[in-house]
Amino acid sequence: MKVTGALALLRALEHEGVEVIFGIPGGASMPIYDPLVDGSSIRHILCRHEQGAGHAAEGYAWATGRVGVCMATSGPGGTNLVTPIADAKMDSVPIVAITGQVPTPVVGNDAFQEADITGITMPITKHNFLVKDPALIAETVREAFHIASTGRPGPVLIDLPKDVLLAETTWSWPERINLPGYKPTTKGNQRQVVEAVKLIMAAERPVLYVGGGVIKADAHAELAKLATVGRLPVVTTLMARGAFPDSNELCLGMPGMHGNYTAVTAIQKSDVLVALGTRFDDRVTGKLAAFAPYAKVIHVDIDPAEIGKNRAVEVPIVGDCKDVIAKLAAELDARQHEAGGVPDRSAWLGQLTDWQRRFPYRYDQQPDGPLKPQYCVERLRALADDDTIVVAGVGQHQMYASQYWRFEHPRHWINSGGLGTMGFAVPAAMGAKVGQPGKRVLAIDGDGCFQMTAQELATSTTEKIPFITAILNNGYLGMVRQWQELFFAERYSGVYLDPDVPDYVKLAEAYGAVGFRADDPGEVDAVIEKAFSVEDRSVVIDFRVDPREMVFPMVPAGASNDDIILDPEGASPTSDPSEAPIL
Amino acid sequence: MSNATGGGGTLHTISVLVEDKPGVLTRVAGLFSARGFNIDSLAVGPTESSGLSRMTIVINVDTKPLEQITKQLNKLINVIKILEHEPGSAVERELMLVKVRASGDDRARVMEIAEVFRVNIVDVTASTLTLEATGKPDKLEALLSLLDDFGIVELSRTGRIALGRGDRGIKERVLRAAND
Repeated sequence: MKVTGALALLRALEHEGVEVIFGIPGGASMPIYDPLVDGSSIRHILCRHEQGAGHAAEGYAWATGRVGVCMATSGPGGTNLVTPIADAKMDSVPIVAITGQVPTPVVGNDAFQEADITGITMPITKHNFLVKDPALIAETVREAFHIASTGRPGPVLIDLPKDVLLAETTWSWPERINLPGYKPTTKGNQRQVVEAVKLIMAAERPVLYVGGGVIKADAHAELAKLATVGRLPVVTTLMARGAFPDSNELCLGMPGMHGNYTAVTAIQKSDVLVALGTRFDDRVTGKLAAFAPYAKVIHVDIDPAEIGKNRAVEVPIVGDCKDVIAKLAAELDARQHEAGGVPDRSAWLGQLTDWQRRFPYRYDQQPDGPLKPQYCVERLRALADDDTIVVAGVGQHQMYASQYWRFEHPRHWINSGGLGTMGFAVPAAMGAKVGQPGKRVLAIDGDGCFQMTAQELATSTTEKIPFITAILNNGYLGMVRQWQELFFAERYSGVYLDPDVPDYVKLAEAYGAVGFRADDPGEVDAVIEKAFSVEDRSVVIDFRVDPREMVFPMVPAGASNDDIILDPEGASPTSDPSEAPIL
Repeated sequence: MSNATGGGGTLHTISVLVEDKPGVLTRVAGLFSARGFNIDSLAVGPTESSGLSRMTIVINVDTKPLEQITKQLNKLINVIKILEHEPGSAVERELMLVKVRASGDDRARVMEIAEVFRVNIVDVTASTLTLEATGKPDKLEALLSLLDDFGIVELSRTGRIALGRGDRGIKERVLRAAND
């Protein structure tokens, strides 16, 4: 059958099961939009900025586990996708970005809206393609989706010159994928699994250090089995919140720069650290040389380059977390049976419980005092159900959300971890809602972040994709302000935004959403209840929070995790010898 | 660890078998600069199989960062196979063209050096000689240090190429891996 390149592209995307594309058309990509008029199983959602389209594709991928698709034209359309593509690379999010390109005869001539997008995105994609022959479109799409979704997931870009989209070709769907240089190892080596289990069996202070790879691999059930079988405490990184339920007594919550004392210190004092789908990021390790100094490390990851990159490893296991964790749980179960049960680690588990009791996250909300951001998150959580998908941008609000939300399920927490992309939340929430229309989607955002991508509220209204954005509005770039207060002698520079500009309630209304505001703690519950009762439109809540509030605990950048600061007064539990933890 | 560059390490020669696709050289070179590693020399050319190119890359790093480089290279979709050549386990050669000032008495002395090193004289002018030299990098260095006294007008080198010693080729290992 004769088709244009553009129709071949649409057919190929349909074959891949794509149900939605987030995009904006332009000169070079117009041929793709023409066959959409004749009908396709794919819904095109017209965004207001390509960055929004890219983050929406990411949010969709986070929430569903499927490949998110975004589309832009040549030149500025493609360059506007650069930030979401880099974000997806850092957080291993499977997306396929499709860009139009100027016609091949003028490629390299500085034509109107020309940019070398494959060159630009080479370091931030898992792979990219420039397709010069319409007959290759179908196989390129198939390869792109395969690369994006398998192994360590990531972004793939396909660049399509306009003349290739307009040219005629014969449609056929490739039977096989021919990628001789791409064969991810998914099955964990059983001998290594046995070595790992021996270490775990002998451990006195084991900790499971769980990263986003566990969620990517859909390995939460296997993780629950491993933790339960071995009575092994679990820390869930920023990328892994929800991989293990916060309500489980073995869950210690988030480690890292703004993690809680127990999660941070459990890793520091551990003798066997089981790292699962995680990459020893500097925000988790603090000063690398002082990270988990007593621990023998077992590292499970599907990307061999992550193993040994930052931390030397006793037992490396390359493989998919779902496969490897299942094997670890089975082997541990068998060996424990032979040995007569789970090793007695009551002293360790008791120590952890004691730390949790003594050093919880804390803040002080006075009934007539300024509204605290943590209180807003806690009340949102109390009034929401477990099935709510929470999305955050980057900064203080992100940390409050991760700290104070209680996650029970995987794929219910979406944020920008590695790249730290401000403006992520609103479009990602929109994408998540498209992927999970039956669930409530709540963006917890900062006022700085919100203003970077708020235009997607227009998309939300016109495309009927309702979600809630709760702005923790402190009128500042709060995290930068916090660092200036702590590390730059309170010399505030370039951080004041003004909480009244824009008027977020009016802005919401201008976009066709509903706006609410809460200034005092007493108003919070009523506003949340009103927001939750709106189902047909998006909602923006303007929480006017205390600009002086800071995120704690905190491990200053470059410091050892042992030097964790618990509160603004600089209290550190280890500064008192009588409180020194075991070891 | 992963950002160690240049100096302080040892020279490693790796052969990288890649698909002959547009941009593959940029991907490889870009990976080195993005991860903060320096390339000492790089040579690319076709192989015995159509569709495959072979890069020979010389890197000055310690063993640990080298492992990170090869792991990252392996993640490039167009990279088929990487071989690190142990010292002495490979035949390594480089081609060099060098234009030397050689008039008067110097001309005979340069020609004598060329003969000793068994290199060809490929261009002659009234004041210069151009030599074509092939060999191990240390041979070329020795030649250059002798020619330096006469004055080197211009120099062009190809970068090192290498083949492992023994009866097996890099591709056979690839095919064996594919059949596993």
